[in-house]
Amino acid sequence: MKILITGGHVVDPANEVDRKADVGIADGRIRFVGNAEPGFSPDRTIDASGRWVLPGLVDLCARLREPGEEQKATIASETAAAAAGGITGLVCPPDTWPVVDTPAMANMIRDRAESGGFSRVHPLGALTVGLAGERLTDMAMLADAGCVGVSNGLRAVENTLIMRRAMQYASTFDIPVFLSPQDPWLMGNGVVHEGEISTRLGLPAIPEAAETVGVARDLALIETSGARSHISLLSCARSVGMVREARESGLPVSVSVAIHQLLLTERNIGAFDTRYKVIPPLRTETDRDALVEGVLDGTIDVICSDHQPHGADAKLAPFGEAATGIAGLESLLPLTLSLVRSGVLPRSRAVAALTASPARVIGIDAGHLTPGGRADICVVDPEHRWRFMPETMKSRGRNSPFIGEELVGRVEMTLASGRPTFELETP
Amino acid sequence: MSDSRSIPSDSAIQFDSHGRLRHFLTIHGMPRETLLGILDTAESFISFGQREIRKVPLLRGKTLVNLFFEPSTRTRTTFEIAAKRLSADVINLSATRMSTSKGETILDTVRTLEAMHTDMFVVRDSASGSSHLIASHLPPHVRVINAGDGRHAHPTQAMLDMFTIRREKGGFEGLRVAIIGDILHSRVARSQIHALGTLGVDEIRVIGPRTLIPTEIEAMGVRAFSDMRAGLRDVDVIMMLRLQRERMEGQLVPSEQEYFSRYGLTEDKLKLASPDAIVMHPGPINRGLEIASSVADGEKSVILSQVTNGIAVRMSIMATLMGGTDRENGPVTP
Repeated sequence: MKILITGGHVVDPANEVDRKADVGIADGRIRFVGNAEPGFSPDRTIDASGRWVLPGLVDLCARLREPGEEQKATIASETAAAAAGGITGLVCPPDTWPVVDTPAMANMIRDRAESGGFSRVHPLGALTVGLAGERLTDMAMLADAGCVGVSNGLRAVENTLIMRRAMQYASTFDIPVFLSPQDPWLMGNGVVHEGEISTRLGLPAIPEAAETVGVARDLALIETSGARSHISLLSCARSVGMVREARESGLPVSVSVAIHQLLLTERNIGAFDTRYKVIPPLRTETDRDALVEGVLDGTIDVICSDHQPHGADAKLAPFGEAATGIAGLESLLPLTLSLVRSGVLPRSRAVAALTASPARVIGIDAGHLTPGGRADICVVDPEHRWRFMPETMKSRGRNSPFIGEELVGRVEMTLASGRPTFELETP
Repeated sequence: MSDSRSIPSDSAIQFDSHGRLRHFLTIHGMPRETLLGILDTAESFISFGQREIRKVPLLRGKTLVNLFFEPSTRTRTTFEIAAKRLSADVINLSATRMSTSKGETILDTVRTLEAMHTDMFVVRDSASGSSHLIASHLPPHVRVINAGDGRHAHPTQAMLDMFTIRREKGGFEGLRVAIIGDILHSRVARSQIHALGTLGVDEIRVIGPRTLIPTEIEAMGVRAFSDMRAGLRDVDVIMMLRLQRERMEGQLVPSEQEYFSRYGLTEDKLKLASPDAIVMHPGPINRGLEIASSVADGEKSVILSQVTNGIAVRMSIMATLMGGTDRENGPVTP
């Protein structure tokens, strides 16, 4: 199958391509970017005039709910949603039920994703058995089974010595360690950022120090263990500064932020609006601005969806008891592009944070449009205005504060290994 | 994008599209005139207790459900008396609920009761925001009064406190008020602070150890003191809070003795306040923990008046909420 995408504007930060160019695909791989090869006769030609042609997105944090919570969502439903969001590869944390702490679990998740045929799923293996923070997992075997890193999910390894050993062991095999730095004691039963809003609404709070203490500990352990590490979902201005300094001193650490942290603050919670309940919590304008600045200067490499689909009733509860998280796969790209439109982020930086950078973090050959490489491609109409509505979503989770909003920029087509995994139906 | 998004205040839901009060969930964001109107109406109900016939037909034919997910005999009883004096039919429900998806959710319970033609819910729950949740999922003609939600708000308590202050002091201007104790966990304190601020007292102080003062409390328009003696100086109104015994297990406060030595209201400390200061407490009192018996029962104490006033103020709030739609009964002038 040969495909020609003509007339589009190719944005491929990994190859420093940012111009109008045709893209030729043959046998699932990129054949050329630019002038068509003589004699290239496509079976299908896609007119991408006025469209942007990007590498397929790689999302470093998406919960698929399978295994264990199939009533909320499945690998099939969520990988289809990912494809609709232009995502061709995604990373899922190991905090499923059962936990991904054996090669069999990792294989099962990858097999199910493959048989669905939408986006590729790259599981994270558990750092400790059952995420209990006590015994190390068979990390090398998990890596053999396709785990692109190890993580303890949102559960902190409380014992610092075990954490250090886990990181040392992972570094033995150069397996990336995904960290969610939160001090569990300071986090307590908190549900919102500690500040003006928690005080006014009387909600249990998570202080900034819950994150900075966690980041300080983890940075110290990265330094002593040498483990290639990824700090997931940073939320505080102070921790951006700490990571910046650590990176300047050469620590092998990369960082991601959830897209909603770049757009929202604690004020959006208003009157106990549970749609805005996320962990780490939405923080202040100062924090949001510092996170954006971090993306701009490269301290934060990656923007991810932190996709967490829930059933319809999960958010219909008092704030403290409502479910946590946003179903974000299908809004990741348009929301990121909103930062480009408003002049906050240059286009190439935004696209890199969704493609080449996350691919580099997990060491996969993706996130670029290099001839010879896999044809993972997202074609987006940057001017398409559309209303984000539950009935247009492919995800089973309809829990998003962006529902009902007009978004600008819509994925028209997603190709994984040269095969269309999503095509927007034209009305 | 986020900047264009409208950020709702937690007060908006309390008013209908004509600006009439529909629910009483929080004092935050309520206009001054609304609060003064409630106090004025309460004034007209206060003599009721002494009359031979203690009922008015304002809520005749209306059904009020006291829905208490947290046990409280005192508060529930004052709501019940208030509703009965307005001739409402009252149903008391002390419900328990599981805190997650197990069992009936809080909304299931409320919708079931609403289907039985309830006109007004009085809700108490241990989770902040419960009454907002309930109010936003009921049909527009059903009223909700928050009788305490988690640490968030207890607006009827704050209103009866305001009523007591106005009766004792004649008004709010120029007053210095100190709220003392566990501000962090107190829904009473939060509502008092909003009410005092809206009604225009001169100064609001909160006093307590730093473990019990929430962060950024200054944003609510108060001054925080950890030295009780400094904080009490020249205040006109002293509002004590109840300290839950379970907070005394050594993580927030070392011991009852130490707490009382620094933050207990004694005759000695009371001398620092203005000579005609009044002492208030929402009850029930922990004698010897937050307040000395001699002060609680002393001449500056208005604690029992607060209880009496509570009925008139709750009658006033109920009548105001129902008056918003029930035009045939005319204005609320008993």
